[in-house]
Parts: sequence; structure tokens; C-alpha cells
Amino acid sequence: MLAFIFRRILQSIVVMLGVALVSFSLFTYVGDPITNLVGIQSSDEQRAQLRESLGLDDPVLVQFARFVGRAARLEFGISYQQKRKVVDIIAERLPATLELSMLSALLALTLGVPMGIYTALHRDSWFSHLLLSLSLIGVSLPTFLIGITLIYIFAVQLNMLPSFGRGEVVHLGFWSTGLLTASGLKATIMPAITLALFQMTLIMRLVRAEMLEVLRTDYIKFARARGLTNRSIRFGHALKNTLVPVITITGLQLGSIMAFAIITETVFQWPGLGLMFIQAINEVDIPVMSAYLLLIACFFVIINLIVDLLYFAVDPRLRVGREAAAGRSPT
Amino acid sequence: MTERPLLEVRNLRVEFPTRWGTLVAVDDLSLTIERGEVLGVVGESGAGKSMTGTAIIGLLEPPGRIAKGEILLDGRRIDNLPYEDMRKIRGRQIGAIFQDPLTSLNPLYTVGRQLVETILTHLPLTPAQARKRAVELLGEVGIPNPAERFDHYPHQFSGGMRQRVVIALALCAEPRLIIADEPTTALDVSIQAQIITLLKHLCADYGTSVMLITHDMGVIAETADRVAVMYAGRIGEIGLVADVIHRPRFPYTVGLMGSIPTIGEEVERLAQIDGSMPRLNEIPTGCGYHPRCQLAFDRCAVARPELTPAGSSRVACWLYHGDDHDHSPAALASLIHRQSATPAVARAEAGTAEPLVEVAGLRRYFDVSPPWLNRVLERTGRRIVHAVDGVDFSINRGETFGLVGESGCGKSTIARQIVGLYGLTAGSITYQGVSLSSRRERAHDRSRQEKMQMIFQDPHASLNPRWRVADIVAEPMLARGLATSGDEVRERVGALLRQVGLSPADGRKFPHEFSGGQRQRISIARALGGEPEFLVCDEPTSALDVSVQAQILNLMVDLQRRLGLTYLFISHDLAVVHHISATVGVMYLGRLVEWAETRRLFNRPRHPYTRMLLDAVPDLSMTGKRRTPVAGEVPSPINPPPGCAFHPRCPFVTERCRSEIPVAIEIAGSRVACHAVEETRLPDWHAA
Amino acid sequence: MTAVTRENGVGGAFRRGWDSDLAYSFRRSKVTMLAGAITFLFISAALFAPWVAPHNPYDMANVSLLDAFTPPAWEDGGDARFLLGTDDLGRDVLSTIIYGSRISLGVGFASVLIAATLGISLGLISGYVGGKTDAIIMRIAEVQLSFPDILIALLIDGTLRSFIGPGTHGNIAFVVVISAISLAYWVQYARTVRGATMVEKNKEYIQAARVIGRSSIYIMLRHLLPNVMGPVLVIATISLALAIVTEATLSFLGVGVPPTQPSLGTLIRVGNDFLFSGEWWITIFPGAALAIMGLSVNLLGDWLRDALNPKLR
Repeated sequence: MLAFIFRRILQSIVVMLGVALVSFSLFTYVGDPITNLVGIQSSDEQRAQLRESLGLDDPVLVQFARFVGRAARLEFGISYQQKRKVVDIIAERLPATLELSMLSALLALTLGVPMGIYTALHRDSWFSHLLLSLSLIGVSLPTFLIGITLIYIFAVQLNMLPSFGRGEVVHLGFWSTGLLTASGLKATIMPAITLALFQMTLIMRLVRAEMLEVLRTDYIKFARARGLTNRSIRFGHALKNTLVPVITITGLQLGSIMAFAIITETVFQWPGLGLMFIQAINEVDIPVMSAYLLLIACFFVIINLIVDLLYFAVDPRLRVGREAAAGRSPT
Repeated sequence: MTERPLLEVRNLRVEFPTRWGTLVAVDDLSLTIERGEVLGVVGESGAGKSMTGTAIIGLLEPPGRIAKGEILLDGRRIDNLPYEDMRKIRGRQIGAIFQDPLTSLNPLYTVGRQLVETILTHLPLTPAQARKRAVELLGEVGIPNPAERFDHYPHQFSGGMRQRVVIALALCAEPRLIIADEPTTALDVSIQAQIITLLKHLCADYGTSVMLITHDMGVIAETADRVAVMYAGRIGEIGLVADVIHRPRFPYTVGLMGSIPTIGEEVERLAQIDGSMPRLNEIPTGCGYHPRCQLAFDRCAVARPELTPAGSSRVACWLYHGDDHDHSPAALASLIHRQSATPAVARAEAGTAEPLVEVAGLRRYFDVSPPWLNRVLERTGRRIVHAVDGVDFSINRGETFGLVGESGCGKSTIARQIVGLYGLTAGSITYQGVSLSSRRERAHDRSRQEKMQMIFQDPHASLNPRWRVADIVAEPMLARGLATSGDEVRERVGALLRQVGLSPADGRKFPHEFSGGQRQRISIARALGGEPEFLVCDEPTSALDVSVQAQILNLMVDLQRRLGLTYLFISHDLAVVHHISATVGVMYLGRLVEWAETRRLFNRPRHPYTRMLLDAVPDLSMTGKRRTPVAGEVPSPINPPPGCAFHPRCPFVTERCRSEIPVAIEIAGSRVACHAVEETRLPDWHAA
Repeated sequence: MTAVTRENGVGGAFRRGWDSDLAYSFRRSKVTMLAGAITFLFISAALFAPWVAPHNPYDMANVSLLDAFTPPAWEDGGDARFLLGTDDLGRDVLSTIIYGSRISLGVGFASVLIAATLGISLGLISGYVGGKTDAIIMRIAEVQLSFPDILIALLIDGTLRSFIGPGTHGNIAFVVVISAISLAYWVQYARTVRGATMVEKNKEYIQAARVIGRSSIYIMLRHLLPNVMGPVLVIATISLALAIVTEATLSFLGVGVPPTQPSLGTLIRVGNDFLFSGEWWITIFPGAALAIMGLSVNLLGDWLRDALNPKLR
């Protein structure tokens, strides 16, 4: 068990270093590093001086190490376009994205899992068929299209909800939340639904497929042969066996909400990290791009780690098997 | 006054609507099971026996359904009950055991939890009482340390132990009838013996009736009181076990009994029923067996016979009806004569005395250690699988060498090493005196390598499903360059197919269009296409029905005689090995424990393991022989025990056995590796 | 089965195909047939765009600003020449949709082709050869899989653009988009093919081929490949839908195909600006086209997966 954790952490570090390498290359070789660090407006003399003092003529490995060190201290340089420190921009926009993502994740889970279970257990009901058809639409339509359609219906035609922005925001320390104001709430509804829809349908289909698979196994057949109640077969046996693999995949899916946030934020002009990233790509704002890369990679690596550990904790075959195999063979 | 039977099935008909029409899996079947009785239901695959069991317990999956008939449990109809009522009966009145212990248990719950849950569902006990009962049960089914094992997960049990847990689960609500569907098929022979004994005793103790569904007549002979022989969805014959086995009346039963190899007799050719069980969409009119029956006459093709008394059994055959009655004794006698296995005149001497294949000091180890990091942190050592651990033997030209053993003994690994699929960790393999021990040597001496071919166990997986049969059969000759022009290839392929009993037109078809037995024939044709001298056969008949197995074994014997082939025949089935081999080697945990001429090995087995194996073989002749109790489980070849690998299970173990690996010695024509034999400590062993 | 005839030649093959379980399940489901028909329609329209579209919207000579913002033909102010209306430059929306579909489908197919070739080859090698090669390839795949596809596509796209410099227009943008999508999606092919290869590799017909003396490459190509293609087909269909959506998303975000050759995603982005001023048709119709195309391909993929699943039979 310990060995597993060790190895996973090691793996995560390796991945982070890999991403850091890409980020570093972008930062150093694509843009002008001096400009990245001190902005476009600086004289040649200043630049030459900086060049030396920053050791930009040092070997690559040293520079890389320095880059990693700086990143660890959250020093990501200065944005080309906004002429501000990148870390400030990120801090400003982080709450917006996090709030939206967590809300969507909650929505996707609390609706997706029960729907999946229902459609697996009641395969032939009309409601199941309806849900499945809707789910197909949810999976086939690109996120931005859903967003645009919602905007069209609720903002343009019905004029009920705002079509862009976050509404009024309340600042609590370094965090800003839109959930405490009426306009903030209204502004959150459509983006949250747009973001959640794809994940929700995906989770629903996943849970359904897995549960149907489980219901076909021999041990369920044997459980029926022992006369166990439907309830205990479905919710005691089938559900537990379904959720074990589903938990892990769901964890990964929820992580990808952060990525889909890029699209949603663009459609709704939501002032989060995703919109920041898109703007940076369009303007080739290297420091922002490379910082976002690192940040998002870090986020995913952590999620993957947690998910792997969760799997380990939940499946007895992984937990107990190792100990048994270590000592004696099963008798 | 006769008591009402516990279970009564009347005119049961199970159907499957498909897009091609309605398929009938069970057709007008009637039987009864008395209290405390064990009824065997025997038949080959596709006969409908599993369907019958599934229908009785009410677990038929749609679109399958009971179209007609009644099932009565203790006089009460249960086939038309609503779901909830039937559910209460399942487990409490009727229990079930299925074939595969690996998949029958939920891997995420402890064994104890699954037991307690079942008990609490049916019996009015408190959780504490249920737990106590569960632990007791685990003990009754023979699980050591039951209180501790209560909290273990299924994957922490071996296969045999898991099946014991399954039995405990089936019995825990104390049902009156258990439907056991092939309960021992997936287990090794020695474990099978243990499980059969357990089942028999437990059911006798509890007074539970058993419907034992299996294809293995030997298991029926040991366990059942009465037996029903099924064919194409109907019962062909039903009666007391001794009657049906020793005095079969249904022509199919006669053929079936003749095609089963037994250790008691020596035969040249097994009785053979040509053809195979009809598919569900090709069931003939009239008597389902008539196309294959040698005594069929006009009526058989037209009308279906009902069960009528014949002697002390009942048979569904027109031979025993009314006006045809006088046919039967004479006709049957001649049939029995024809269908019997041809007794061996004199077993041909084991080929020539010239060794063709020699194996010396053969070893094959697999390193399955966990990665370095795990080993450091968890303080576990390296784990090495000793699949083959020092084996010496030789095979003479023209003879059949049988290699027998249970799972994990290394016989399949040896086969693959000889043929070149696996490398050697140590030792040597020599063919015609030339070493073929490394890949380089094989590539260098292609002509000798090419004289070897292999036949595999699984008829479904040994042919590429996307190739036509002709291409499959032609591949070796093309690879060896024995035929180049299209016409030549076509001609040769046609000849090969004819040689194995198929027709050249079959070349255009795909493998899935053939039955298991036919696919094995195609495999043989393919192997012959390379013009081999030596055939390695890895369990070639283990996946086939008994009557089909007889066909294939007869074919192999014919081919050997005609083409002068040498066989290495690997199997776990002692009776088959006894029938076909001239010399036999017994393997245990990667080592060859005994090697002798067939007759000598089976009549006077020397090694304790060989004796244990022979004792474990189900007693088809029903001589009621005594058995030495079979001990322990088949161990894992990872980090085998020191000294003699068999010592943990051996009744004659000494200190020497625990530390010193026995060396093979020659004793009265057998080669045995056993300290007890060397020290002449073993008592005499009497066959039968 | 009894009803399957065994005639020779093309006629026999067709009959076998028609009678096969696959075609039967296709014929049975009306929805699937509809999806198939729609997909076929889109593909044909895309292939024959110059002949099918009523106008060529990219021929500047034919386009006039005077026609700009014409609503669909059935509304007030509509014009029968422009069935679905015109955009801000006077281009016929129906024609832009047809040409746009061409780009969308083209990029989609190209990406799937490249991803599939890459993925299948790596999957075969990884599964059959095993050992260190397998470990390396799978490590890369795992790392890539821990990030969502869309992000990978965006990252590759963004990185390539930065290397080429701002103002990445013209045909180089196509290369960037197709590379981004292919490199994001090769992993599923590789994983599936590897899994199937590892299962088949242990089957005895492969061992028989080795005993017969066939080389590894021969075995991989002639024995293994035909048997692992089944699941690949399902993935290909589903990933086609995904590729189309990804390309649309990238174009919508402004980092996809060049604006001079707009795909459906680009059209939607451009039209989005006019949603509020009431010219809804410029965005809604391309949106609907994209939605229908995506839905149809996904339905086909769903059907294929259920039809080829041996456990459901």
C-alpha cells in the first residue's frame, strides 16, 4: 500500500516536471524572456543588464531549475497585454472558475448518478427512454452550442437571465462570490447548467452501462438463486459493485469540468481562468499561457492522485490481496 | 403408502423466440425427485439439462420462457407464481449451485457477510445467531479456521475452498432441494473428489434432495441414486444408476457408455457415435436421436416415443413399444456388440525403441515479483514461479507419451517449450539427437523444427475466426514451402480434410460454422499439412463432449497407425491418458514424479501422488472401492515447498522429505522420485 | 444458421451481409436508419458542395453587401434566392452551411484517420511486443489520458501557434487543427487495440501461427489485425462525432480553422455577435446543422456498439 502511494507521488512529480519543461520552453524560447519578466517597455540597456543579472546565458538545466523554483514561489512573470503580474491576474480570476466548476460538478453528480441507476433498473419505462434520448443530445451537442441556445431562449427571447458576466460579486477576504447576490445567482444559472450538462449525461450513461454489466454477472445470478430481495440485490450488491469503478472515472470526469469551463466562460464572458487562457492564446500572451499550463496540470495531477488512492481504498482486492499474497498463498 | 415426491415436473417445455423462429430447448420433459434422493441429469452440451434446472428455480432469462407444463414442489405449483412468492422459495426451499466458483461470489463483500445476509433473509434469527450459524456452516463445509475466514474476501480463497463457500451459501437456509449445475467441472480432479464427497454427505445429513446436472458419468456413478439421460431436450432414459450404467437400453446411452474411456478396461477403439448433438434449430422430427441411431427404423423419424418401462428403467424409444418389443433384446445385443469399444488384442509395443525426443533437466521459471519499490517497502521477497522444475524423459518414435497432472503442474509449459513457444531457463531438448534448446538452434535447424506440430485445447480459439478453413489448413504447407501452385495447395487441402473426416467443400466455410469436434478435426488437418513426425497435443479433447471425444481419439489413433506419428499427449483426464498412451508421466508442481509404461503405472502405481490421483478418479464401474482420503489443495507453483514438492499433502512424509528433493530411481520398470519408495516404506496398493 | 445461404460471389456476399445480424439490427431500428440516412446526406452534400449549394458564398464577385442581413425565405423581407437568409456580408446561409459542413467533415475525417492509424499501430505493437516498449507507450498514454481531450487539443493548438507566431492563418491553420485533434485522440485507439491484442495474443490460433513459423509482423498484420478491428470501428464512429465537435469548439474559440474557410464552428462564432440584434438565423441554422450532424453520427456509433457487443446477443 505504501509502495503504491510512493510510486504514485513519484509519478505525479515526474508529470509535473514534464509539463514544467513545456511551460519553460514556451516561456524562454518562444517569447522574449526579458519581456516576459519586465514588460515590453524597457530600454536596451536595461535589457542587457537584466540579461546578465538574470543569468540568461547560463546552461539550460540551470535556467530550468530556476524556472521551477520561481514557479514554486508563484512568480510567473508579467503579462504582455495587461502589464500586470500574472499571479495577480490568476488570483483575481480563480474564484470565478472554481465557484462555477464546483457548482456544476455538484449538479452533474447529484442528477447524473441517480438517473443512471434509474435507467439501468427500469430499462423499459418510457421515462428511461426519454432520459436516454435526452442524454444522447447532451453528449452530441458541443458545449458552446448549448450555451448559445440557452442564451437565445432565456436572455434574448424571454429576457429572464443575463447573457454575460457574473453579476454583482461579494468579496470575502481574497475570495469573491457571486452566490450572495440576486444578480450573481441569476448570472450563475445558465453557465452552471451548460457546464454540467455534458458531464451529467456522461456520468448517467457510464453508471447505466456499468450497472447493466454488473446485473449480468454470475454473482448476481447466484444472489437471485439464494432468494435475496430485489432491494438487497439492486442496492446492496449491484450498486456497490457499480460504484467502485464508476467512482474513479467520475473523479476524472469532474476534473475535466475545469477544462470545459474554458468554453463556457468564453460563451458567457465569465471572468474566469478559462477566458483568460483563450484571450492569452489569441494575443499570444506567453507568460499567462505558461502559467495556466502549470496551474491546470497541477490541478489534474492532484485529482488523479486522489482518485487512484480512492480506488485503492474502496476495492478490497487491491487492499487485502497484497497482504495475503505477501505471506502465504490462499488456502 | 408412497409419499408424494418432493419435486414433480410435468410436460415441461422451454422455448426461445428468436428472429429465426422459436427454438425449443426442453421438450415435454417429465421427472420426479423424491425426498432425500439424488437425481442425476446427464447429457452432452445442448441437451437442455441446464435449462431444466434454471426453469425449475425460476431464473429463466427472457426471451426464454416456460411455454407449457407444470412444476410442483411438494404438490404445490411453482412455475406460475408471482415474482415475490417465487423469491421466497428460492434459497429457502430450492437452492442452487453453479459451475464457476470464481464468479459466483461477490468480490466486494466478505464471505461471512454474504452468508449472514442469506440466512437473515430466510430464517427468523437475530444477527448474532446468524453469525454463529454461518461460522458453523463454514466449518461443516471443511474450511479451516472458520471464525477467522468469516471476515475474508472471496479472492483470498482458492478455487476448491470457494466452491465450499458456495455450497455453504446454498445450504444455509436449509432448502429441501438443491439444483447443482456442473458443480465440479471447473475443479481439479483431486478437489473434485473432495467436493463430491462433501456434497453427498451434507445432503444426506440435512435430508436435502439434489438434482445433479453434469456431463460427467463418473460423478453420477459416485453420487446419484437415479439418473436421467437427456438428449435434444428430452429424456431418453431414466432409472437407477446401476441399471442405466451397466444395462443401458436407450441406443444413445449404449453408445455414450461405450465411448467413455475407463481405467478398468483396455480398449483399442472407443465406441463412436458419428455426428453430434443437433443444434436447437435443427432438431429432427420424431425421435431426436434417430439420424445417428444404428437401430432406427421408419417410425423413429415420424413420431416421438414416450417413456415406457423397459426392465427396471424407463426408456423413450420405439424399440420398447408394443409390437416392436421383440426387436429389442436381439437388436440391442447386436448394437451393444457393435457399439462396444473394441477390446485390445494385445497392446502394441511402445513404438520402436529409438528415442525421438529427449528432455533433460528441463526448467522454466517465471519471475512474477512485485516491483522493486514494493519489495522494499512491504518487505516481501522475490516471487518466482517454478513452472517446470527439473524434468527428464524421452519419447520413442511411433509411441504416444501421455503427460498427466492437475492445474499448475507444468505440463502445458513443457509442451510449449518442446515446440519452441517458450524458452528454457535451464536444461535441454533434443530431437533426433540434435539439440533444439535455444531459439538460435531452432532457427538454424529448421528442418527438424518443422517436423513438430501442435494441437491445442480450445477448438474455438485455435482457429482464426476470420480466415476460411482452406486458408487455415494450407498455412503450414505454405510456410514450409511444400506446395506452391494454387492447384497443388487446393488438392492437398482437400486430401487433408478428407483424411480427418470432413469434405473438401468445407474449405470455403468459416470456423464458426462448425461444431467443436469438427473444429478439432480442422486443427488436426492443419497440423498434418506440415507433414510432421511429432505432434504435441495439449488437452485436445478436454473441451469436447464425451462422444465427440471418442471420435477424435479414434481418429488420432488411426492417423498414428497410418502415418507413423509420434504423440506427446497432455491431459488432466487419467482415463483418456490411460486409453491412448503407451507410456505415461505424472507431473506435480513442475516435477516428474513417476514415469512408466501405462499398464504398469495404472496397475501398480508407486508414487503417493499417483495413488492419490487414481483414487480421486470417479468410479464409473461402481465397484465401491475404498478411497484414501484426499488431502489438501493443489498448491501454487510460486515459491514451492522445499524438499519434495508433495510433502505437505503426503501421508508418508518424513523429515527427509521436507528438506531433500528426491531423485528419480528405477524400480521394477517404473521411474519414481520419492523417498518413501526408495526406502520401501509404502504399503501395497490395490487397484479396484 | 439455416437461413444463411452459401452462394459464391458478390451476390452471395451481399445476401450474407443483408441477412447478417448486423444489418438486421440496423434495419430493425427506425431511428438508426434515419441517423444513417442523415449522415449519408451530409457526407454527400459535403462531397458535392460546388454542385449542391445554390450559391458559392466565397466567390466575391457573386456576393453583394446589398443582400446582407436578409431573413429566411418564409419571413417578412425574405428572399426566395436565399432560403435560410444571408449573413453580414450578404452570403447565403444555406450555402455557407454546406461549404462549412465540408470543412467540418473534412477536418473530422482527416483527424480520425490520422489518430486511428497512429493509435492502431502503436496499440498493436504495444500489445504484441509487450515489455519495455509497451511500458513506455502506455506511460505516455496514461499521462495524456489524465488530462481531458479538449484541453490537450487546446494546448497543442496553442503551443503550435506560439511557435509559428501570431497571425496563424491560411492552410497552416488546418495542419495545426488536424494535428491537435489527432494527437488528442490517438490514445483511445491505442488503448483499445492494445487490450484486444493482448486478449487475442494468448489465443491458440496465434500460438499455432508461431509454431508454424510465421514472423511477428506477419502475425500482427494478417492474424491479429482483422480480429481487433471490431471495437476500432465503434471508436472510429464515436470519435468522428467527437472530432467534429472538437473542431467546432476550437473554431468557435477562434483557434481553429482559418476564417477564410469557415467551418460550422466559425459560422456560429461569427453569427453569435448578431444574436442580440435580432439576426438569429446567422447562428441558429449552422448551430442546428452541427447539432443534427453530431447527433446522427453518435446514434450510428451507439447502434454499432450495441450491435457488435457479443454479450448483448
